[in-house]
Amino acid sequence: MNEHLIATTEICTWHEVEYTFISSLSDAGLLELRVINETTYIPESELQKLEKMIRMHNELEINVPGIEAITHLLERVEQLQEELRVLRNRMR
Amino acid sequence: MAFIDYYQVLGVPKTATEKEIKDAYRKLARKHHPDLNPNDTEANKKFQQLNEANEVLSDPEKRKKYDKYGENWQHGEEYEKYQQQQRTQYQQEPFTGGHASSFEGFGSEDFSDFFQSMFGQSGRSSGGRQAKFRGQDFNAELHLNLKDVAESRKQTLTVNGKNIRITIPAGVENGQTIKIAGHGGLGVNGGPAGDLYITFVVAEDPNFKRIGSDLFATSALDLYTAVLGGEVTINTLNGKVKIKVKPETQNGTKVKLKGKGMPVYKRDNEFGDLYVTYDIHIPTNLTDKQKKLFEELRET
Repeated sequence: MNEHLIATTEICTWHEVEYTFISSLSDAGLLELRVINETTYIPESELQKLEKMIRMHNELEINVPGIEAITHLLERVEQLQEELRVLRNRMR
Repeated sequence: MAFIDYYQVLGVPKTATEKEIKDAYRKLARKHHPDLNPNDTEANKKFQQLNEANEVLSDPEKRKKYDKYGENWQHGEEYEKYQQQQRTQYQQEPFTGGHASSFEGFGSEDFSDFFQSMFGQSGRSSGGRQAKFRGQDFNAELHLNLKDVAESRKQTLTVNGKNIRITIPAGVENGQTIKIAGHGGLGVNGGPAGDLYITFVVAEDPNFKRIGSDLFATSALDLYTAVLGGEVTINTLNGKVKIKVKPETQNGTKVKLKGKGMPVYKRDNEFGDLYVTYDIHIPTNLTDKQKKLFEELRET
């Protein structure tokens, strides 16, 4: 599959983050990275998720373990919102 | 336009220090940040108010002007206007690491009329570096009825003045949201465009109740067909069908019409079922002869 890849160096420059932050996210299983010819890339499909985590880090000063916990909770919230939507439809 | 009490927004006294303002903003921002409150318009609104209050109160120049003119800022604005010929670029103390405005998509159109009148469209602080940011995501609602989602169809929408042609998938449910990548707001400084999220609002149908892909309906049945058997015409979502009625069918009997429900979302050629409940009607305005026949029937 041909997916557009973005070099992490570009991401770090654009978003003014250190590479160590991005690699911490990858180590925590929150982000997929690809290494091709010793250069690290992020799939474009991961970009939106990464930007959200960068905002949490930069704007809200949340560390990586915090981001991990919040990501898990937000996934759970999304599941619950979907269940609620289905149940509300049944009650119409 | 109404005066906005930025101190009240941040919950700090007018004598608050820079640190107290920063701490208050940080604490409230964590609570109301849109990334931590998905699909919460109230939180979004509150966060915008917090950003605006922080923009003013954490900037010594803006705070000075705001404090000086307070509720009379309109008159002060005229006096200050011609003094502000040159715009000063300055580095905001980074809570965000760069700009007070680094929240995605928080453009000047999101500042209140009060702020824009006092500080102008260009009153927002700008940092030294031109970082690229992804454009904001847009949210839109599309109102449909049940028949509209009985099969896939293309529809042109106008979102923020732009025409977008989308495919409405068959079987989509009320409240379901789809993402149209890249059709949100333009990126900043060459960053990628945001996405467009469309939520489908499917109205209730007067004749069919929907649960998932199945439909439920009631059909009137005359007494004679119920007792003796025969045929009845049922309305489905896409036409009429005739079905056999067994003799001695009781009131409230439910029959299943397989495959006559809604299409299953994202599954080609798969359909739910239509469940029809018979509502047997007792005849009225009987003639004398008919009444006599019923009497005879009762005595048998």
